[in-house]
Amino acid sequence: MTAPDPVAPAGPGALPPRPSGPHAPAGRLRAERRPPAVLLVPAVVAAVFALLPLGYLAVRSLERGPAFAWQVVANERTAQLLGRSLTLAAVVVTASLLLGVSLAWLTVRTALPAARAWSVLVTLPLAVPSYVAAFAWLSAFPGLAGFTGSALALTLVSFPYVYLPVTASLRGADPAQEEVARSLGTGPLRTFWRVTLPQVRPAAAGGAVLVALYVLSDFGAVSLMRYDTFTRGIYTSYRASFDRTPAAALSVVLVVMTVALVAAEARTRGRAGHARTGGGTARPAVPVPLGRWRVPALAWCAAVTAVAVVTPLGTLGYWLAVGNSATWDPARLLDTAAATLGVAAAGALLTSLLALPVGVIAARHRGRAAHLLEQSAYAGHALPGITVALSLVFFAVRYAEPLYQAYPLLVCAYAVLFLPVAVAATRAAVLQSPPVLEDVARSLGRGPLRVLREVTVPLAAPGVAAGAALTFVVCMKELPATLLLRPTGMDTLATRLWTETGTGSFAAAAPYAAALILLAAVPSYLLGRHRT
Amino acid sequence: MRRPLIRRLTALGAAAALLATVAGCGNPEDDAGLVIYSGRNENLVKPLLEDMEKAIGTTIAVRYGDSAEMAAQIQEEGDRTKAGLFFSQDAGALGALSKKGLLKKLPQSSLDRVDPSFRGGAGDWVGTSGRVRVLAYDPDQVTKAPDSVHELTKPAWKGKVGYVPTNASFQAFVTGMRVLEGDDATRDWLKGLKANEPKVYENNLKVLEAVGAGEVALGLVNHYYWYEQVAEKGEDKVGAKIHFLPGGDPGSLVNAAGVGILKGSDQAPAAQKAVDFLLSEKAQKYFADDTKEYPLAAGVTSTVEDLPPLDSLDAPKIDLGRLESLQETLKMLQDVGMV
Repeated sequence: MTAPDPVAPAGPGALPPRPSGPHAPAGRLRAERRPPAVLLVPAVVAAVFALLPLGYLAVRSLERGPAFAWQVVANERTAQLLGRSLTLAAVVVTASLLLGVSLAWLTVRTALPAARAWSVLVTLPLAVPSYVAAFAWLSAFPGLAGFTGSALALTLVSFPYVYLPVTASLRGADPAQEEVARSLGTGPLRTFWRVTLPQVRPAAAGGAVLVALYVLSDFGAVSLMRYDTFTRGIYTSYRASFDRTPAAALSVVLVVMTVALVAAEARTRGRAGHARTGGGTARPAVPVPLGRWRVPALAWCAAVTAVAVVTPLGTLGYWLAVGNSATWDPARLLDTAAATLGVAAAGALLTSLLALPVGVIAARHRGRAAHLLEQSAYAGHALPGITVALSLVFFAVRYAEPLYQAYPLLVCAYAVLFLPVAVAATRAAVLQSPPVLEDVARSLGRGPLRVLREVTVPLAAPGVAAGAALTFVVCMKELPATLLLRPTGMDTLATRLWTETGTGSFAAAAPYAAALILLAAVPSYLLGRHRT
Repeated sequence: MRRPLIRRLTALGAAAALLATVAGCGNPEDDAGLVIYSGRNENLVKPLLEDMEKAIGTTIAVRYGDSAEMAAQIQEEGDRTKAGLFFSQDAGALGALSKKGLLKKLPQSSLDRVDPSFRGGAGDWVGTSGRVRVLAYDPDQVTKAPDSVHELTKPAWKGKVGYVPTNASFQAFVTGMRVLEGDDATRDWLKGLKANEPKVYENNLKVLEAVGAGEVALGLVNHYYWYEQVAEKGEDKVGAKIHFLPGGDPGSLVNAAGVGILKGSDQAPAAQKAVDFLLSEKAQKYFADDTKEYPLAAGVTSTVEDLPPLDSLDAPKIDLGRLESLQETLKMLQDVGMV
């Protein structure tokens, strides 16, 4: 595929002729240009996918007329619950940023002893379902019930949303900038603040949005902690009135809030470049010596690991020790684990594939279409799992009957639920690779697809893989949608855990929870090993 | 080199997806003669449903889930539902489906097996087993347990009552109280209880343990938790005792788990056989012996030791279908600050 004009992208995928000419500088041109069809078409497919729950909400919330929906939504309690949800989200986001960024810097950039082991350990909390974390803390400290307990449990399961992308971004960032700063006499803390932090800002902000949306959508932790939030209100509406209309109307409010949140994050992004464009490849960073901070740094890592990983594991051990429901059925555990691995891996794969075009467009293009695509991916992400699941029930029984309650639909549900997780990772990773390389490839006559395959994706690969790993883990522990959409008779680790805890058989539940946490270690370990 | 990692992960994912698809080909639902949506926990009813398969001579596929969520799912599926039978943990979810006209009228012969107070007003669902709210007490602290929940708001019990405000059975009891005594009286009672600083637990079992350990003197629970614990540990090891409240007190509300046949499915003949199986002596004995519930079909009595017969209980008379109106109850619990 050789293009006659070395500037204009050619090939079957390039629809809009690029407005080339001497008037616009190349950089600006790149940012404004409409995405090529080879990206645009799959991105639109992904966005439509992610918007399905919203279509359902429109149907359900308006089925008794807009007046009824308005009456459900417009009252003092809605505002009160929103306030509580947002406060909780703000606290959890702040704490997660603190934990995630500090741990990422320590494990990637410093001479922290056993950094590899720490980097695997601190991602494990991600696999702990929020209700297990809440249960663990509540059993140990009943007084935590309420806001404090909810904030604690949610922070401890969601800070890896920040940790993982920031780690990937630190690994991809050019250490030369930090070294220059250090060589000019800037201290390590100041270097961190002035140089490192701006480099990881897109990744951290993307993670922060995911944490916020996770908190908004969470039901497990807040229900055990008895802290009333907006999502708890939605669940209560399903459980108490068996009526889907009020729940749908309330869910619309969550969507509006999500869109506002994502828009606010986009506004703070700015236009700073985050990529290196020097000659050759980036060297591995020289680890910052910790000196007398070695012990406090180790203590910090150990403390986080202790509260986030050891507490839930300790609770599982306690369940095993005191419970009398322990039934050791390794064959069943193995079957369940294999089934879970299968659907979670398929879910992570589909999600990452769908997220790729959206993430690339979000990183490389500005303008209304790009913005809209990214917004669409996020719009439904704060919705409670039950709402998303019901929306897929609604569409599947009507338009894809053969898929209903079959594996492919469950995998699609994971993609709808977790698309933003992979989009955020992809976008941050693409931002870190220099766009000029893509321009060079284009100028050499590469079509958009080849540029994507040969330049963009290989450069962004570590970040994309981290996103896939993250998606994999959250798919594994997903419960509400899995319960409604799984093939009849199929169990995942999360559904078994739910069944056993449902009859108070905590000892029987413990192996399933432990397997969830152990399996989550596999992708983290693989990613860590690949670096060295 | 970075690409091999992506390739490896992709290959891994693709292999897993393939595996999942292959595994999915043997979807048991496709060749099942009857699909049951069960809001009752797998641990409780699986052995019974396996017996049912043999008894009715049809292959059965069972989906387990939460009763309320499954009720929403069935409403969403409408005429296209895959379920032939809905087996619900409580009457409320069945009442909601009945109201939407999604349940098929049951033959009178099936309905007549059960007392009218444990079946749907429209004759489209029937109770299969019952559970009673009881007062658990610590015999070391309490010589005579109160005879009414109304006593729990008295100063004598300040800080001494354990309960689970988020539990569906507790909320059904409050709804029952609203139906029996009106909203104002119920709100006053809730306020009084709240002012008496009751201790909140995560589930009924924890309440029972707390009573047994003397952490609290009284606990509001379902009867079968006590009988299960006694069966498992022996009565000496269970510190708590239970008291059935007399005089039609709302605190001894009887709620039922039950079944309904879905109109939208073509499995009605098999589903009908399943309903009759659940009301048969064999199934009713299972509920009595294994889940320690009350059998509801006429002629079957529980053989569990010390369990007073259902008709000897002075339980309040209430239409269980009305327990479907939980919304107001929740609002009340929220206003009082309990949930």
